[in-house]
Amino acid sequence: MEEVRLMKGNEALAHAAIRYGADGYFGYPITPQSEVLEVLEEQRPWETTGMVVLQAESELAAINMVYGGASCGKVVFTSSSSPGISLMQEGISYIAASEVPALIVNVMRGGPGLGTIHPSQADYFQAVKGGGHGDYHLIVLAPSSVQEMCDFMWLGWDLAFKYRTPAMLLADGLVGQMMEKVILPEPRPRRTEEQIREQCPWAINGRKNMRKRNVVTSLELDDELMEQNNLRFQRTYKEIEKNEVRYEAINTDDCDYLFVAFGSMARICLKVMEIAKEQGLKIGLLRPITLWPFPSKQIKEISQNVKGIMVVELSAGQMIEDVKLAVECKLDVKHYGRLGGIVPTPEEVLESLIAQFSINR
Amino acid sequence: MDIQDIIKPENQVYRKPALLNDSHMHYCPGCSHGVVHKLVAEVIEELGAAEIAIGIAPVGCAVFAYNYIDVDWIEAPHGRAPALATAAKRLQPDKLVFTYQGDGDMAAIGTAESLHAANRGENIAMIFINNGIYGMTGGQMAPTTLLGMKTSTTPYGRRADLNGYPLAITGLMAQLDGTCYVTRQSVETPAAVRKAKAALRKAFENSMKGKGTSVVEIVSTCNSGWKMSPADANKWMEENMFKKYPIGDLKNE
Repeated sequence: MEEVRLMKGNEALAHAAIRYGADGYFGYPITPQSEVLEVLEEQRPWETTGMVVLQAESELAAINMVYGGASCGKVVFTSSSSPGISLMQEGISYIAASEVPALIVNVMRGGPGLGTIHPSQADYFQAVKGGGHGDYHLIVLAPSSVQEMCDFMWLGWDLAFKYRTPAMLLADGLVGQMMEKVILPEPRPRRTEEQIREQCPWAINGRKNMRKRNVVTSLELDDELMEQNNLRFQRTYKEIEKNEVRYEAINTDDCDYLFVAFGSMARICLKVMEIAKEQGLKIGLLRPITLWPFPSKQIKEISQNVKGIMVVELSAGQMIEDVKLAVECKLDVKHYGRLGGIVPTPEEVLESLIAQFSINR
Repeated sequence: MDIQDIIKPENQVYRKPALLNDSHMHYCPGCSHGVVHKLVAEVIEELGAAEIAIGIAPVGCAVFAYNYIDVDWIEAPHGRAPALATAAKRLQPDKLVFTYQGDGDMAAIGTAESLHAANRGENIAMIFINNGIYGMTGGQMAPTTLLGMKTSTTPYGRRADLNGYPLAITGLMAQLDGTCYVTRQSVETPAAVRKAKAALRKAFENSMKGKGTSVVEIVSTCNSGWKMSPADANKWMEENMFKKYPIGDLKNE
C-alpha cells in the first residue's frame, strides 16, 4: 500500500523503482547520486520482488547492461551524474536506435570535466538535443521535488514502454539530495515472462515454441532501409511531441513578467514570486516538466500577455535557446544563471529581473 | 541401386545444422567464422537449447552473426557484449546466454567488460575468435597481432617498442576466480573441429549448470587480412599463432 515517508530525492528513486516492479538496476557510484545504488543494496529487492541490482565496473558497462536488459523487454534503469552520463552516451544512442525502452537518471552536477559535485543544470543540451550520435531524442522529464523524483520514475517507464524509446529523468544535485515528504505508491508485481511475451513480442527471451527469432540491433547497412528506420524514429518523435508535453503554469494568467525554469530552479522562482508579490510585482512561472518535448506552444501563448520573460537556469544559458525559439524572438527573453555548482538566492534572481528589465520600483 | 535408394535418413552422415539458416554468409572463403558458426548452431541444437538460447553479437566480422544462427540475438556496441550478456542472463537465469567476440572486441575496446564479466563469474559462455587482425575494417592491427606481423596499421610489422606486445587475454581470464573453464582451440583440421565443438558444448553446459564463466578461444585464420590462401593461412597459423597462443585447456574445473 501507499506509504508516507521523509527521504532524499535519490532514495525516492530507488523506492519508486522497487514499487514499480522494476526488473533491474545497473549503476556505478558517482556523487551526488550514489544513494540510489546504496538504498537498493540495502533494500535487497532480489529477496522480495526478484529485482536484480548490480554495481557495474563502469558507466559504460552499466548503460550496456541496461541496453541488454531493455532488449529482453525488462523494466531496467541506471542512474548517474554528469560525467558518468557523458560516458553513457554511446549506449543511449544504441538504445534509441534499437527502439527499446529504458530509463536513465541524471542527477546533474557542475561541469565541464570532473567539475564539482554540487548542483547544476548544464546538461540540458546533452539531454534534450541528443547527447550521443545520430538523429534521436530522449523523453526528458525534469522533477522539481522528491515526490516528482518518485512519480516520474513511473511516468518515465510508462512513456518509455509506450513509445519504445529511452526516457531520462533530468534531476539536479539539489533535488537528489534534499529531503522532503514523499508518498510512495502501492507496490506492483514484476511482470511475468508470459506478460512480457504478450506485451513486448520483440523482446529477446528465447524462441519459445520455436517462434520466429527476434533480433535487437541498431545496425542496417542498406542505406535505403536505414533511412526508413530513421523516418520511423521521427514519426515516433512527432507522436511524442503531439501527446506528451507536460508543464506547470503558476500565476501565468495575470502576470507582467514570466519566469521559465525547471527542476530546483523552479522552486527558487516560486520564492522569488512570493517576495516580488509583496513589492507589487506580478510574476508568473512556466515550469516545463517535459524538457523534450518542450512546451513551446504554451510559452508562446503566455508570451503574448507579458512584458518580458526571464529564463532562470543553473547554466550559462541553455534552455533559453528553446524559449527564444518558442517566442520566435517577438519578445525580449533574458537569462539569469549561476554556474559551477552555485545555487542563487531568491533575492539575487529578483534583483536580476528588475535590473535586466529596468523595472521601476 | 539407384541414387534415391541411398538418400535415406539412416544413411545420412552429415547435414547443415537446423539452426544455421540459409542467409548468404558475408565471410571470406577460408575464414574460420563459418566453421565456428556451424559448431555453435550444432551444439545449441544438440543441447535442445534452441528455445532458450540468446546470442550477443559483437562489432567486427561477426557483427552479422545474428543473420546466420537462428536464435534470438542482440547486436552489442563494440566491446560491450559481456555487459549486455550479464544483464540478459541475470534477468533471465533460465536462458542460455553466450557472447561471440573478436579480438578487438574481447581484448582491446571491451577488455574491461570482458574481464569483469568473467571476474563476476557470470553464467555465460564467451566465444572468442582470435585471428590477430581486424578483418571487418580492412586488416588493421589487433591487440593479439603477433610481433613482426604486417597489418594495414603496422605496414612494416608490429614492433613492441611502437605497438606493445600481443595480448593473450584468455591467460588472464584463466586466473580469475569467476571462470570455471578457459580453453584455446582451433578449427583448421577435422580433429581440431571436433575438439572445438566439444569445448563449446562444455562451455554451454557449464553456463546452464551455473558454474561460472566459460571462455572458448578459437585461434583462427583471416586469410584475406593476412593476404594468404586459406591453406597457407592454416599453415601459417599453426607455425606462428600457436607459438604465442598454444592450443589446449588453460583452466578446467
